[in-house]
Amino acid sequence: MSALLPAFSLQDLDGRSHTFPRGTKSVVCFVKEDCPTCNLVMPLIDALHGESGLGVLVTGQTVDGNQVLARRHALNAPVLDDSELTVSFAYDVETVPLVIAADHEGVEADRLVGFDKNEWRAFFERHAAGATVDWDAYPDWRPGCGSLTQDPIIGERLRAASENSPLSARRVEIAPHDDVHEFMFDQGFSDGLPIVPPTPERVLRMLEGTSRDPQSLVATIPPNLAPATVEKIAVNAVLAGCRPEYLPVVIAAIEAACTDTFNVHGVMATTMGASPVMVVNGPIRQRIGMNMGLSALGQGNRANATIGRAVRLALRNVGGARPGGTERSTLGNPMKYSMCFAEWEERSPWPALHVERGFDAGESVVTLFAMTGGPSLIVDQTSRAARQLAGSFGMSMESAHNVRAHNMGDCILVVSPEHIDTLRTENYTKADVRNRIQEVTSRRLRELVADARSGAGLDPALAAGMPADKLDSLAPKFSSPGNIHLVVAGSEAGKFSAFFHGWASGPRGSMPVSRKIDDP
Amino acid sequence: MTTIMDPTDERVPVARAISPRPPEITGTLALLDISKPRGNVLLDRLEELLRERLPDVAVNRYAKPTFTKPAPRVLRHEIKNDNDFVIEALAD
Repeated sequence: MSALLPAFSLQDLDGRSHTFPRGTKSVVCFVKEDCPTCNLVMPLIDALHGESGLGVLVTGQTVDGNQVLARRHALNAPVLDDSELTVSFAYDVETVPLVIAADHEGVEADRLVGFDKNEWRAFFERHAAGATVDWDAYPDWRPGCGSLTQDPIIGERLRAASENSPLSARRVEIAPHDDVHEFMFDQGFSDGLPIVPPTPERVLRMLEGTSRDPQSLVATIPPNLAPATVEKIAVNAVLAGCRPEYLPVVIAAIEAACTDTFNVHGVMATTMGASPVMVVNGPIRQRIGMNMGLSALGQGNRANATIGRAVRLALRNVGGARPGGTERSTLGNPMKYSMCFAEWEERSPWPALHVERGFDAGESVVTLFAMTGGPSLIVDQTSRAARQLAGSFGMSMESAHNVRAHNMGDCILVVSPEHIDTLRTENYTKADVRNRIQEVTSRRLRELVADARSGAGLDPALAAGMPADKLDSLAPKFSSPGNIHLVVAGSEAGKFSAFFHGWASGPRGSMPVSRKIDDP
Repeated sequence: MTTIMDPTDERVPVARAISPRPPEITGTLALLDISKPRGNVLLDRLEELLRERLPDVAVNRYAKPTFTKPAPRVLRHEIKNDNDFVIEALAD
């Protein structure tokens, strides 16, 4: 009861300014026209105003409503325009009518909410004992109505604009005659497709998806080496079309991308056209509705599409990785728009990707791979033995980069449910699949020497210096079985699997990185 | 009026002026190989020509550990501290 109330200055219906505190004892009333209880108490409020030494400020929440109130009740008290609701917000008004008595310095002395006849009578006895009121004409009790500041959309606008706003990013004002979408394209915020305007209200709503402080630093994004705060990532998640519950996945993916191990600078810059491919595991898949079944690698699912896109837009906008700038991809790659999907762990007989990578099955995890190509379809509708099918995988995957490129780095093999069923007939493990791929792709070095058919391959001059037993030694497609990352996804129908192939692997290029998702 | 939150890192786009060009090359010159194939071939030839035409200029050779990553901070400082000029060989 002794709190200093927020000072304000508002105009009445005649355009005159009224300030609070006013140096005398006063009463501030918050009302709105369409509230029956507000209308019930308006004569009482005006009676308070009539008491000498007690200045009443009626703070109305709509322009039209204020005029109606003043006319309907022939008010003498000034009706102030708070249609911007800034004062109502500052007073944290939940219910109208709200009546607050304050001393000459603006310290709260008394307050009424809604209408309780006994409370109002007591209030009058304390502050306006001389007023004549026919209390018998009033009901015992009437509930108040919700303040307009409690409307979800209005509340977000006010919270975004308030001094305590959690947002600190630069606000860009777009003139009324400007088309918002064209403006954003002109600024270079987009990947070429339409984006959602990141209004303060939308960004606030996006931030509801995480418990992290909006200003906490998630990562430093190259090439600009710019700080990516939770807020900046949320702005880009809005651009991409994410729902708030996707935000923790986007944050974890940015964390993973900006490690030295993943080396997103090189990934985005390379002329080979690499892009992060994101695989999501754990319970968050179902909670946010990710697709791991039919068309898992394709379009049509909002979570898959927009999470991948949000990461890419943050790399572009915050980090500055843009085609023609540091991004120098010769051909580009559609995965650079977005490539994110979930593993269908329940359809897999194997440990899930994140479990293989050291996480608990119950944890939600995103894993990033730097891939330059894919998904390349592997068509095998006739193999009935696991050994045959895994052989097909290897024979198809040998084409990655170039058939003669052996001892390669990371790749992802996405195995579809029908192919899983074939592999299950012989209880093939992930290790069995990997070993079989290495087996069928192993070539003697002498088969990999550049020749008249193709200049790609082992340098002939180098080969010439090799002893025969060296030239007869076998080189598998991948430098180790561990470079073959197996994930299960796809629909129940179709004996088709797919693979993605990588970029420069290892510490001098990029290595896969997994991050636990802060799944609230 | 629509207000949106800036999705970028908020660097004001300013046209960068290039540093003033000295009238002549004196002192020490760095040749930086970013470690793309054959960058060293280009720099070898360049060094040969520089030594021939500018015999009083000292030449230091540097290489990034890998072309895929930005030069490490220590290397950037070393080049800046020990040289008056730098020529970077980009690629293939």
